[in-house]
Amino acid sequence: MLWNTLLLALRAIRRNLMRSFLTVLGIVIGVAAVITMVTLGNGATQSVSDQIAGMGSNLLMLRPGQRFGPGSEGAPNFKDTDIEAIRNQIGSIEAVAPVVNKTATAVYQAKNWSTVVTGSSNDYFQAGNWVIASGRSFSEAEERAGKAVCVIGETVRDKLFGRRNPVGSEIRIKQFACEVIGLLKSRGQSAMGSDQDDAVVMPLHTVQRRLTGNLDVNMIMISVRNSAAIDAVKDQVTRLLRERRNIAENEEDDFRVMDPRQISETLTGTTRILTMLLGAVAAVSLLVGGIGIMNIMLVSVTERTREIGIRLAIGALEREVLLQFLIEAVVLSSLGGLIGIALATGATIGLARLMGIPFLFDAGINLLSFLFSAAIGVLFGFFPARRAARLDPIEALRHE
Amino acid sequence: MTGAAALIRLSAISKTYGSGQAAFQALKGIDLSVAAGEFVAIMGPSGSGKSTAMNILGCLDTPTTGRYEFQGVAVEGMTRNQRALLRRHYLGFVFQGFNLLARTTALENVELPLIYRGDPAGSRHQAARAALEQVGLKGWEHHSPNELSGGQQQRVAIARAIVTRPAVLLADEPTGNLDSRNSREIMDLIAALNRDLGITVLMVTHEPDMAAYASRVVHFVDGLVESDRHNGGHA
Repeated sequence: MLWNTLLLALRAIRRNLMRSFLTVLGIVIGVAAVITMVTLGNGATQSVSDQIAGMGSNLLMLRPGQRFGPGSEGAPNFKDTDIEAIRNQIGSIEAVAPVVNKTATAVYQAKNWSTVVTGSSNDYFQAGNWVIASGRSFSEAEERAGKAVCVIGETVRDKLFGRRNPVGSEIRIKQFACEVIGLLKSRGQSAMGSDQDDAVVMPLHTVQRRLTGNLDVNMIMISVRNSAAIDAVKDQVTRLLRERRNIAENEEDDFRVMDPRQISETLTGTTRILTMLLGAVAAVSLLVGGIGIMNIMLVSVTERTREIGIRLAIGALEREVLLQFLIEAVVLSSLGGLIGIALATGATIGLARLMGIPFLFDAGINLLSFLFSAAIGVLFGFFPARRAARLDPIEALRHE
Repeated sequence: MTGAAALIRLSAISKTYGSGQAAFQALKGIDLSVAAGEFVAIMGPSGSGKSTAMNILGCLDTPTTGRYEFQGVAVEGMTRNQRALLRRHYLGFVFQGFNLLARTTALENVELPLIYRGDPAGSRHQAARAALEQVGLKGWEHHSPNELSGGQQQRVAIARAIVTRPAVLLADEPTGNLDSRNSREIMDLIAALNRDLGITVLMVTHEPDMAAYASRVVHFVDGLVESDRHNGGHA
C-alpha cells in the first residue's frame, strides 16, 4: 500500500509542478538560511581561532595596566631591564621580546605611508611566529648599537616599493634614514581585523632613541618552550614583575599577563553564540515555511475536493487518502530541504570566499535541516491530509 | 424479477435527511431486485429520490432503514472502509461530469482503481490499455482530458469503471453533458459492455431515448417506485 500510495503522491505532485514549487519555497529558503548561517558562523569561528593560533605558539603577552586594551595609561611601562631579568631568572622560555610601538610616517622617494613602527629584537620574530620572506633579521651588533635598520611588512612594501624588492633600499622615518634589511612573509588580517602586514620592525634601541625618546617598553612577549609550562611561567613572571615593580602584598597587579588561548576562547565563544542566534532566527523562517506548506495543502485539499471524491468513489480507503496527502507533504518538504541544502552549499561557498573565511562543510547541520524539513512535512501535512481523508464522497463529487 | 438469484436486493429502503421538523424523507421504502446481467434505467423527476437510491446502490451512502443485500451479503450496516473495499472490487462508476483527474493521461486515469487494488505495474498497464482499446480509444493513452472531446472523456471514464471487471456499472446521467451523436455512441458502448461482458448496468437518466437502451426501466416518484417494467428489447 505504501509503494502504491507513494506513486499516487508523486503523480499528484507532478500534475501541479508550479504549485508544488511555491509550496516548498518557504522550506527551501528556511533550510538554506539555517545551513548558510551555521556554516558561515562555523567558518568565522574557525578563522578567528586560526588567526589567534597564528599569532604565536605558547605565547604570553605582558602589558602594563590592569586590563587588556584601554585603561592601561596609569600604570608605569616596563623597562629594558625587566626583559633581562625575565630572560635570566625564568626557565622554560624560548624567547622574550620587548615591544615598543610608535606611529610614524615612512617615506620612500615620492611615496609615503603612515604605519606603526615596532621596536624589538630578533626574539619578536620568533615569539610572534613571523617568517622573514627575503633579506635577514637583525644582527647582534645592530641590536646593541641601535642601528637604523628595519624589517618591513608586505603592506608597507606594497605602498612604498610596489612589487620591487625593498631589501637594501633606504626609507626615511621622521628625521632619520633607515636601511631595509628584510621583508616579512605576508600574514593578512588579524582576528580583530587589523592588517598585520602593516608593520615596520626596528631594533628596540633604535626606536627608543630616535622615536620615543625614553627607555620604556610598552609590551613584553614571551614564548614558552612547551604548552605545559605556560601556567608555571605565567606565575613566575607575575611574581618577578611584582617584585621588580615594588607591588605590596595586598596590592593588585598593575600589569596583566595575557594568554592568547584565553582570547581565542573568548572570541570563538562570542562567534559561536552569534552563530547559534543567527541559526535560531533562520530556524524560525523554516517553521514559517512549514506553516506555508500547511496553508497551501489546505487550499489544495479544498481545490482537489472533487479529485478526492473520485478517489473515494473508486474505492480508496480513508487511510490511503490520508497517507497520500501526508506523503505529498513530506515529499514536498523533503524535496524543499534538498533544494535548500544545494542552494546553501552554493551560497556558503561563494560567501565564504567573499568574506575570506574557510568553508567548513557541516554534515550534521545539513542532515539536521533535512530531517527537520521532512518532520515539518509530517507535522503540517497531517491536518490537511486528515481533512481530505474524512471528506464525504457524495459531497466531494458534487463540489464544483 | 428473480428471487434467490438476485445480484442486488433492496428491501424497504428508506433514507431521511436531517431530523425533527427539518427532516426530509428522500426514500420512503423501496423494494428493488436486480439480477446479474440486467440493464436497468432509473428515471424520475428531480427530487424523486433516484439520485439517493443510486448513492445507496453504489454504497456511497447508507440507508436510514431497510435491508440491502449485494450478492446475498448485507451491506447496509457496513463501515466506511468496508463499503470502500466493496466499491473497489465490485462496482464501477460513470458520472455525468466524467470526473477524470485533470492533467493526467487517459492511461493513468484508467490505472487509478488498479493502483488502489494493488496490482503490479506490468499487469496494471496491460489491463488499462486493454480497457482503453475496449472503449475505442486505442492510440489516445497519453492524452490528458483537456486534449479529449467530451465523448472521448466519457469513454475514458467508462474504461476506468470497467478496468477492474466490476459486477455492476453504475452510471449517473452518463450522457447528460454530451450532444446527441456522442450520447448514442456512449449508450451503444454501455449496451455492448452489458451484452458482451455481462456487466450489470444501473443507469440514472431523464431522457427516454437513453432509457430505451435498457432492458428494464424503473420510475421513481416522490421517494417511491412508481413503475417497473421490462423493455421489449435493445434499441
